[in-house]
Amino acid sequence: MIGIISSLGRWGLGVFERLGRGHLFLVQILAGIPGLFLRFSLVVQQLFSVGVLSVLIIAVSGLFVGMVLSLQGYYVLVDFGAEESLGVMVSLSLVRELGPVVSALLFAGRAGSALTAEIGLMKSTEQLSGMEMMAVDPMRRIIAPRFLAGLISMPLLAAMFSAVGIIGAFLVGHGLLGVDDGAFWSQMQVKTDWYDDILNGVIKSIVFGFVVTWIALFEGHDSVPTSEGVGRATTRTVVHSAFAILGLDFVLTALMFGED
Amino acid sequence: MLQKKSTEITVGMFVAAGIAALFMLAMKVSNLSDFNSDPGYKIIAEFENIGGLKVRSPVTMAGVRIGRVGNISLDPDSYNARVTLDMYASFDNIPTDSSASIYTAGLLGEQYIGMEAGAEEEFLQEGDVVELTQPALVLEQVIGQFLFSKAEGDE
Repeated sequence: MIGIISSLGRWGLGVFERLGRGHLFLVQILAGIPGLFLRFSLVVQQLFSVGVLSVLIIAVSGLFVGMVLSLQGYYVLVDFGAEESLGVMVSLSLVRELGPVVSALLFAGRAGSALTAEIGLMKSTEQLSGMEMMAVDPMRRIIAPRFLAGLISMPLLAAMFSAVGIIGAFLVGHGLLGVDDGAFWSQMQVKTDWYDDILNGVIKSIVFGFVVTWIALFEGHDSVPTSEGVGRATTRTVVHSAFAILGLDFVLTALMFGED
Repeated sequence: MLQKKSTEITVGMFVAAGIAALFMLAMKVSNLSDFNSDPGYKIIAEFENIGGLKVRSPVTMAGVRIGRVGNISLDPDSYNARVTLDMYASFDNIPTDSSASIYTAGLLGEQYIGMEAGAEEEFLQEGDVVELTQPALVLEQVIGQFLFSKAEGDE
């Protein structure tokens, strides 16, 4: 009995210790960010590996998500004779929810896991310690540029996802299903609000970018420096990011769109 | 060095594509494009009942969109709904005796204000009030009246 309680206590202490280390880690990252603007080329390099290399998967998934939304939405709307509302349905669901959420999930899988593996390997091959020996702060030189790059790329990727998705929905809706193109765009423009819908979606994606990159970098930095440890850390990155994204999405949605 | 140059170029293209996507969302998808298009002028219409009319609902004449609902408030004296219409500047030749009614687009659609042109030579200006208005049709009231007249007819 005592054994069970003490193992529960050990588990709880472990969780809180990790949470505490994670937040201290975040403070250190944020402290390293102002110095980055003097050496922005570091961030540009990371923008390439974090952002540019994720464009393909984001654009292709966005296109297909938009096309599927169009097909499925048409099926429901046609019963009400409201197939012109297809544009509104697709644009609101993409801009408010699917754009930020799905692109963040893909981002966690594509860029987050890569970041964790990279940092974890740097740690296990003692490159981070080596940098410290040379009086180069790895937080500023390695971690902070990656964090800023993730924070910048996520909203851009989410915007691309939504835009490509809407184009995909238009192609299917107009080309395949024969929805009138004027009604498609005009209804969309009437019902989609710049502040309420699009900017809130952008805020969501910034929050997700923040959380995913933070989790990925922390898991990498905190990983057990063995090949198994790095593998586990990578898995944890994807799982925890997915939880964080979906949980935060509920909170943000309730805050942004809850009242009306 | 060459490697770095190409990295910078692709990153530049990435950022530009992201901003272009956001721009497309702003201009093509959302209603941002008609916010600052033209300042227009405001007119006021009082309705007995506006039903489900909302801010930013369209104002049309002969089916053509000529403005949008800017503000809705309750008149403290008459207890009527006081609706401010933001008219587009290009439609500045609407006669002063035009009428405004609240219609529903389709059976389940949203409500909008339909205006019908009058015959007056003078045109509505900033701050003018539309005198002839017709309230929204509230389905429950119509059904109630129908049942009432039916019940009377039976006797």
